[in-house]
Amino acid sequence: MLAATARVAGDIDLAEECVQDAYVSALDAWTRDGIPSNPAAWLTTAARHRAVDIHRRHQTLRGKLPLLVEPDVVPADVEDAELIPDDRLRLVFTCCHPALGREAQVALTLRLVCGLTTAEIAQVFLVPEPTMAARVTRAKKKIALAHIPYRVPDSAELPDRLDAVLTVVHLLYTTGHTAPAGEQLVRADLVDRSLGLARMLLVLMPDEREVRGLLALILLTDARRSTRVDATGRMLLLEEQDRARWDRAQIDEGLALVVNALRGGGAGRFGVQAAIAAVHAEAPSYAETDWRQVLELYDELLARWPSPVVALNRCVAVLMVDGAQAALQEVDALDASGRMAGYRYLPATRADLLRRLDRFSEAAQAYRSAIALADNELERAFLTGRLNEVVELASARS
Amino acid sequence: MAQYLILIYESEEGYANASPDDLGATMQAHTRFAEQIPALGGTMLGGNALQPTTTATSIRDDIVTDGPFVETKEALGGYYLIEAADLDQALAISKLCPAPFGGVEVRPIWDLSGG
Repeated sequence: MLAATARVAGDIDLAEECVQDAYVSALDAWTRDGIPSNPAAWLTTAARHRAVDIHRRHQTLRGKLPLLVEPDVVPADVEDAELIPDDRLRLVFTCCHPALGREAQVALTLRLVCGLTTAEIAQVFLVPEPTMAARVTRAKKKIALAHIPYRVPDSAELPDRLDAVLTVVHLLYTTGHTAPAGEQLVRADLVDRSLGLARMLLVLMPDEREVRGLLALILLTDARRSTRVDATGRMLLLEEQDRARWDRAQIDEGLALVVNALRGGGAGRFGVQAAIAAVHAEAPSYAETDWRQVLELYDELLARWPSPVVALNRCVAVLMVDGAQAALQEVDALDASGRMAGYRYLPATRADLLRRLDRFSEAAQAYRSAIALADNELERAFLTGRLNEVVELASARS
Repeated sequence: MAQYLILIYESEEGYANASPDDLGATMQAHTRFAEQIPALGGTMLGGNALQPTTTATSIRDDIVTDGPFVETKEALGGYYLIEAADLDQALAISKLCPAPFGGVEVRPIWDLSGG
């Protein structure tokens, strides 16, 4: 009821007031006329009518409303009979419709579900504001002109549609977790938003295991947040992080969710990713991690999600189980496939493996390629540090 | 209700090399497709297969040339005009449209009726 009212009121506080007013007027009307056949609907309609009244009188509220839905996106129909499920769910599914490109899905979700301004979104992705504004406008136009419906998909379409929503939320998380450019490693505001969205999805779709999987994944990964950069601002690898300072509460919550996400077999890709994160979260140290299990889980993940990024991440597990030579072979095969051109983590991984194999001048070359692709200052600094190390080692040898 | 054009893009080579049996199967698939549309809530308003791009003639700035407007790997080979409640319905219908050697584009009709 609150979200439906918020949709019209455009302000949570205002919506709450209207809900209160609705209850008060209900007492009046129902005493007089008897309880209606759909009391929830009556209440919500009353609250929304009140909200519309107030809204008309307080146009200035429009400026700062986190949940305001622009009328050209939604068939803003105050008499809308269908009040449940939550409007936010409909909104999220509409923003993440496959007819919209991924960038548009992300931008629209941030704009309409999270309430960021186009300036703020532009800043996150480091594009000029007019570009981002145009992207949002174009997406809204497409929704209107192609008649993308404002609804939660039915059960036949739900798995694919939900996967798109989860992908967008996860993309927001990874963008915040390792900002693609700029001076910080983590963008806490984006991470918090993605966490908020994941929690909202769990509340709205409590039976969906992949939703559990996503929330678990975010919690387990985010638990490491405070240990990823040291006091001097240097980026720390998983290996170097002080595990005692990982957020235990987030880990515990994440672990509980993972169990549920994997229950009954047939886990989805978010559940499996969460399981991998869980293995790391439970390991007392990098060396004591059950790497065989991690490798097995990566094999599972690859079967569900044959992405080159997953294949690359799997190579780290191969390194720990079968050694650098085996891992390098796999990375080289990925490189040769051409599917990872421009992805900075490939040369970075190759460089690390070459370094471990004492092939220092080749490692230096690979580090240079990685640096050329890096935009984040902390990552660049880290890679440069490694480059200097191997350059020294290469010349010490010659 | 909104109208959409389903544009069928397929590699002409695929059809050129197909056996008569395969061609027959595709024709049957199109008939079946038409029959399935009402069950999905839509209406078929029209549709046709087009002769191959070798038979096309294009005009730009009053100049007439032999061939399609754009040379593409997959050529426009046919279309359906459908009516559907919204894009989700149009897409559900379009997914059933046979296009073994390519795929389809779904474009909303620009309603200029001013109604």
